[in-house]
Amino acid sequence: MGRYLIRRLLTAIPTLIAISFVIFAILDLAPSDPTGNLPLTIPPEVKEQIRESLGLGQPFHVRYLKWMQQFFITEPLNILEETTGIAIGDSEGRFRLRSWQTRGPVIDLVLERLPQTLWVVGLAYLVSIVIAIPLGVISAVKQYSWIDQVATIFSMIGFSVPTFFTGLLAIIIFSVHLGWFPSFYDTTHQVTDWESFVFQIKQIILPVSVLALFQTATLNRFTRSSVLDNLPQDYVRTVRAKGFREYYVIMTHVLRNSLIPVVTLVALGIPTIFGGAIITEQIFRINGLGALLIIAIQGSDIPVVQSLTFIFAILIVLFNLVADVIYGFLDPRIHYS
Amino acid sequence: MTAQSETIALPAAAKKQRSLWGDVWVQFRKHKLAMFGLFVIAFIMISVLIGPLVYTRDPEYIDFTVANQAPSLQFPFGTDNLGRDGLARNLFGGRISIAVGIVAMLISMFVGSFIGALSGYYSKLDGPLMRFTDMMLALPLLPLLLVIILLFRDTLRATFGPETGIFLLIVFVIGILNWMPTARVVRGSVLSIKEKEFVEAAISIGTNQNTVLLKHVFPNVLSPIIVAATLSIANAIITESALSFLGLGFPSDVPTWGRLLYDGKDFMTFTPWVVIFPGLFISFTVLGINFMGDGLRDALDPKLRD
Repeated sequence: MGRYLIRRLLTAIPTLIAISFVIFAILDLAPSDPTGNLPLTIPPEVKEQIRESLGLGQPFHVRYLKWMQQFFITEPLNILEETTGIAIGDSEGRFRLRSWQTRGPVIDLVLERLPQTLWVVGLAYLVSIVIAIPLGVISAVKQYSWIDQVATIFSMIGFSVPTFFTGLLAIIIFSVHLGWFPSFYDTTHQVTDWESFVFQIKQIILPVSVLALFQTATLNRFTRSSVLDNLPQDYVRTVRAKGFREYYVIMTHVLRNSLIPVVTLVALGIPTIFGGAIITEQIFRINGLGALLIIAIQGSDIPVVQSLTFIFAILIVLFNLVADVIYGFLDPRIHYS
Repeated sequence: MTAQSETIALPAAAKKQRSLWGDVWVQFRKHKLAMFGLFVIAFIMISVLIGPLVYTRDPEYIDFTVANQAPSLQFPFGTDNLGRDGLARNLFGGRISIAVGIVAMLISMFVGSFIGALSGYYSKLDGPLMRFTDMMLALPLLPLLLVIILLFRDTLRATFGPETGIFLLIVFVIGILNWMPTARVVRGSVLSIKEKEFVEAAISIGTNQNTVLLKHVFPNVLSPIIVAATLSIANAIITESALSFLGLGFPSDVPTWGRLLYDGKDFMTFTPWVVIFPGLFISFTVLGINFMGDGLRDALDPKLRD
């Protein structure tokens, strides 16, 4: 297991390097000029100096390596310094990865936006796990019952209706017509007393349920088919033959085995839900990472776009790794050699 | 051999002749949800293709005197804030959305089956091609799509004109970033089929490797490709709508369903029909395609037939 983990970590590194190269190259080779939107009255020499100051004068490979250095060495060191307060080396002289729009360090922007995204995305994911897994198990145990039929239709809708439509529909129904919830998410809202807490709950319900609907649909179908695969197996018959109650058979024996692939799917789904958050954040005006990405793309803020896209890629590679490791850990039949 | 097959064929000739696609159709018809999906898709396709010929109102005609009208007999889908007719715009937009779905599907199927077949059949290519596929799978698709479209939009617009340029770009980018699941499925099927006796037989009579792959192995992996293709259309339509919804897809004078949602979302409090109709079109198209894909998967699998 340990050796497998090390080998798996080592293969993740070339993948990440290749991805970082692809992301950097696409953004770099693109015919877009960061000084293109500046007023025409600025003379060309000055424009050239602006380009130089943005670090665009150097050849491609130098800029790529510099970006890698900033991303993997400079910025982590800065975070370390800020959290621990210990100065490591020449902290003032380090060339930081800066946004072209705000001129502030990219990492500060990301850290500023991260809590909102994590809060909404994380809650949505939790809600969908809490709903989908029990529902999937019930659907499988009582196959073709009314509850299974309802869950099937519900999942099909969750699959097919895109979040940007469910989101708008939810706003029309629940905030415009019924007036139950606010139509957008106010991130400056502070929870100080009971009333503000209720408001916080109210404003988070719509984005979370929209995001959770899609995830619940996938997870529910997957749990159902996984339990259905396990039910006709010999070991289940053996447990039943021993005279255990059906509840015990399902909860301890079937569930444990069926949840192995489900847990890996849960890990694999985390990066995708970040992608889905881009759209949900746009609908409910949440100023999270997705909104930051959209703003950066519209403003041709290349450093922010590169870093965010690469962070999303790291998440995908990381959770693939986590899924593999969990799978091996939960299922003793899997041997890594 | 011939005599034997004739004796078997004699009683069978009295019955109806059976073909592969006939069998698939018989099986497909038993799947209720799949038939429902087929009807929905057929209905949407026909209305989108023939609709604009019958319902001849101009989708771009602006008339402020009838702005923000609720659905009525005169305007079945209502009008938007500029008084443009909702039904005409939805029908016209459907043409583009479905065209994007189909062309993007063709690109991703072509690339996916090409890479999958090569990597499944030639074991030397397997390692590198699958590593490449894994890397592509680890790319964050939506951010990358947004970035590529934003960066190359103006260049393509200048070369091919505003509508064709953006169409080519969107279709190409969606197609090129969605072939990976197909490649994996095709590789898996090719791996199992190339071990079968009939392939060995073809090789033993001296058939050229490429011909074996193309004439003997490939026709046998068509069914997973067909299933992947239907689902990939749905995926492409959703992706295009998401891009348009984020304001990075088609320009506003090309009304795709996603674009209609994007344009309508600021007015949905007063005129909800401007978002409800395109949203319903997208949802029903995707739902229908998903049901059809489910039915096709069952119908194309000979093991499930009775």
